[in-house]
Amino acid sequence: MTPLVIYQPEALLFWFLAPLAVIAALAMLLVKKAVHSALLLAWVMITLAIFYIAQDALFLGIVQVVVYTGAVMMLFLFILMLVGVDSSDSLTETIPGLRPIAITAAVGFGGLMLALLGRATLGRDAVGLEQSNAEGNIQGIAHLLFSTYVLPFEVVSALLITAALGAMVLAHHQRTNVRPTQREQAINRFRTGSLATAAGLPGPGVFARHNAVDVAALLPDGTPAENSISATLQARGDMVDSSQFQLGKIDTSIDEEK
Amino acid sequence: MNPYNYLYLSALLFTIGAVGVVVRRNAIVVFMCIELMLNAGNLSLVTFARINGNLQGQVFAFFTMVVAACEVVIGLAIIVAIYRSRRSASVDDASLLKR
Repeated sequence: MTPLVIYQPEALLFWFLAPLAVIAALAMLLVKKAVHSALLLAWVMITLAIFYIAQDALFLGIVQVVVYTGAVMMLFLFILMLVGVDSSDSLTETIPGLRPIAITAAVGFGGLMLALLGRATLGRDAVGLEQSNAEGNIQGIAHLLFSTYVLPFEVVSALLITAALGAMVLAHHQRTNVRPTQREQAINRFRTGSLATAAGLPGPGVFARHNAVDVAALLPDGTPAENSISATLQARGDMVDSSQFQLGKIDTSIDEEK
Repeated sequence: MNPYNYLYLSALLFTIGAVGVVVRRNAIVVFMCIELMLNAGNLSLVTFARINGNLQGQVFAFFTMVVAACEVVIGLAIIVAIYRSRRSASVDDASLLKR
């Protein structure tokens, strides 16, 4: 068998994209927002798809784009939007001393793997896939998949069906209590809460000055009503200070004179 | 350049993913780091297929992708179920069995 020859364009491709992939993977750990992590991971996956195609694995490269960046990452983003923003996005260390230990262990593990690879692969010639891909990559994979690996293939189909069923079972949410009707909710509001919120919470926005959902409504005495803003916006800190929309001291001075 | 460089890249990505699983607190980011580790494993499978000159590595990478897809579906369903009951996606908060 003739040894594998890698031409200059592939080497250029590798040395251009591999550092970018590593940087994106590192940035995935360092960025604060989970959505940014997801986008960086999508970039790493696209890079890997390009590497697969460069390594004569055309089918896997396309499947990587369709399955990982197409389906899996969209599912991740969908769940991120569903779950929303909470305190788990912060990068503070909750277990003291975890980070130095993790980094030390990673350096040790990575160094061990690199050293092992360097020793294990020295002095061996790569073969290349020209012979195996002679009839085409997809035909070659199909030939293996439906002859030697037909039993694992069937087992994988069973796994897929089981996973679909499991997801349905996990996502199914059975109510343990009866949903309160609007009438019951109204009665509860009057009986338990204070009368100030009996008519419902105030809506956001300062009428005639600023009518956006991120501005707390101003109460008649001029103080902002914090409960007029969605809790999600408050958690994110995406609020505009509504005191800048107050009418100044006109109302209060008249009040004081009286 | 020889194809072993792909293996080095794969080792690096796998290590970065492992660090992420340990360090990050958001369950979804932890899960994405697991996906990164699976992808690194796939890259080395594809590279080994090329080095050894047969397609079995690619077939196994294909199987890994299917298993990873199943894992994502189940894992995200679990995360959503935990979020529903605890109102948090942080792995530190999910110590339900402890209490």
